[in-house]
Amino acid sequence: MIENNENSVDIKTPFIEVRDLAFAYEDADGRRHEALRGVSLSIPKGQFVAVLGHNGSGKSTFAKLLNMILLPDKGEIYVDGELVSSPVEPDEDTIFAVRRRIGMVHQNPDNQIVASVVEEDVAFGPENLGVAPDEIRRRVDASLDAVGMREYALATTSHLSGGQKQRVAVAGVIAMLPECIIFDESTSMLDPSGRRDVMKTIQYLNRERGITIIHITHDMSEAALADRVVVLSDGELYLDGTPDEIFSRPDKLRAVALDVPQSVSLLHELAKSVEGFRVPDCIKDAEECAEYISMEFDRLGISAR
Amino acid sequence: MRDITLGQYFPGNSALHKMDPRAKLILTVIFIVVIFVARSVSALLLLSAVTIGMMCSTGISPRVYLRGIKPIMFVIVFTTILNLFMTRGDELLFEWGIIHIYRDGVNNAILMVVRITLLVLGSCVFLSYTTSPISLTDGLESLLRPLSKIHVPVHEFSMIMTIALRFIPTLIEETDKIMSAQKARGADFSSGGLIKRAKALLPVLIPLFVSAFKRADELAVAMECRCYRGGEGRTRMKVLRYHARDGVMLGIMALTVAAVVIANIYVPIYRLR
Ligand SMILES: Nc1ncnc2c1ncn2[C@@H]1O[C@H](COP(=O)(O)OP(=O)(O)OP(=O)(O)O)[C@@H](O)[C@H]1O
Ligand SMILES: [Mg+2]
Repeated sequence: MIENNENSVDIKTPFIEVRDLAFAYEDADGRRHEALRGVSLSIPKGQFVAVLGHNGSGKSTFAKLLNMILLPDKGEIYVDGELVSSPVEPDEDTIFAVRRRIGMVHQNPDNQIVASVVEEDVAFGPENLGVAPDEIRRRVDASLDAVGMREYALATTSHLSGGQKQRVAVAGVIAMLPECIIFDESTSMLDPSGRRDVMKTIQYLNRERGITIIHITHDMSEAALADRVVVLSDGELYLDGTPDEIFSRPDKLRAVALDVPQSVSLLHELAKSVEGFRVPDCIKDAEECAEYISMEFDRLGISAR
Repeated sequence: MRDITLGQYFPGNSALHKMDPRAKLILTVIFIVVIFVARSVSALLLLSAVTIGMMCSTGISPRVYLRGIKPIMFVIVFTTILNLFMTRGDELLFEWGIIHIYRDGVNNAILMVVRITLLVLGSCVFLSYTTSPISLTDGLESLLRPLSKIHVPVHEFSMIMTIALRFIPTLIEETDKIMSAQKARGADFSSGGLIKRAKALLPVLIPLFVSAFKRADELAVAMECRCYRGGEGRTRMKVLRYHARDGVMLGIMALTVAAVVIANIYVPIYRLR
């Protein structure tokens, strides 16, 4: 199920490129608090990137810089090869063009829905862009289809479950036809089934629509689904690689208070204690992990019971 | 408790429900003016008949309308007393000490009560019961749009309304949660005098406000992310359009206006003074 998307990722043209990005918050007393220090990163079109890092490591700040809610103190941001931020002060049109191309889904499902009716909320983005009414209608229907919420088009937003609200928020972003969507811990407030639905939607958008995904998360099993994992620590780029590369170094992750996915750590533990047990090349989700373990046990002639 | 958002609105399929909100707003304004034009018994009877007809056409239960009148019971009683005792006339019906009740006083009281009732029922039947808050907001924005030329922030007001409607259920739910949490810690909201109860609410209001500000902050960022930049250059998915039924309803209202004026002049059974 987890195929490497590498072939569909166009390495040559980075969609987002940041060079030496730095940002500091200034508090009321004028003291500066460095949230991001010299991060350089290049994200190709169509890649699914998971961003990890402990609380306060600068993940949200990074996301806000990418869609220009914040402007960097230092460093450059290129979107599709075009310099959009620093050293030149971007004009308003550039900012809104970037926000349309790089959409964002936030953490709290309650605080990002604007309208009381699902379809009105999905229409909010395209309405802001000045899209013609018929076209908005088409986009709203298509976006709700894409997230599997079409039957709720006329539902009251406050009556939906958390996962459904997040999918409505995703639809609201898709309706603006973005090329990249940033999810800032969008699954963290959801129950397991809500998480699963949102993750499925994210994977669908990435694979079928070729939308670049930047998924900020604390959940290692979600990160394992990505093409690439980026770890931030104290505002700096700490690790960058495929999930397999990152998760095969649990010690490095633990040094920044992160952990490997449970399935991965189970496989490593098994390899240590069961003679002949091989750790698979690519990371498995829980179900496949269970299947794999029973297959290995069969092969080694161990009864699972 | 969650359904408070829908407020007064009763979804339905009647002609009044389906009318364009702008037409309904216009209809309501005309209706209110007509109530003040109608001064004779005949005219008010006619208006009552039209109102009752409209009420029946919506398919909303009469009990709901009665409930709508309840909050203004005080106003009705007050008006009745005022008119009964303060109106002077020729024909004295009752006298006791300083209290004089004239026939005109009785008549006036009845007519005023009918007027006030019609006013409330009319705004219920034409607006609040048959128009969802959202389409009401859209209608108001569209009708008032010309005012934005003289720098009245029409779009902003309608955005505020939209967001308020969206967040009322969320905040109510949150209030519920905080109240339960405080109750679990031994807070008591239901006993003691007014001041004690108000004090007991303080630990509910403070976290509620803190969270409301946080929500506002996050919502503002989310709206910016979705390219919100005010009303300028913004389009709408749903464009309001007048239909034949709006014309028909406005026509009925025009006939009513004409009939009321004629009744006022030619059938002056009793005229308010
Ligand atoms: N508005 C702000 N004003 C001042 N400091 C801030 C502000 N927002 C964030 N910070 C600080 O900047 C640092 C990075 O914050 P950021 O929100 O980017 O972290 P994060 O990785 O998203 O954390 P989390 O996992 O908790 O969401 C933190 O130390 C935080 O305290
Ligand atoms: Mg964050």
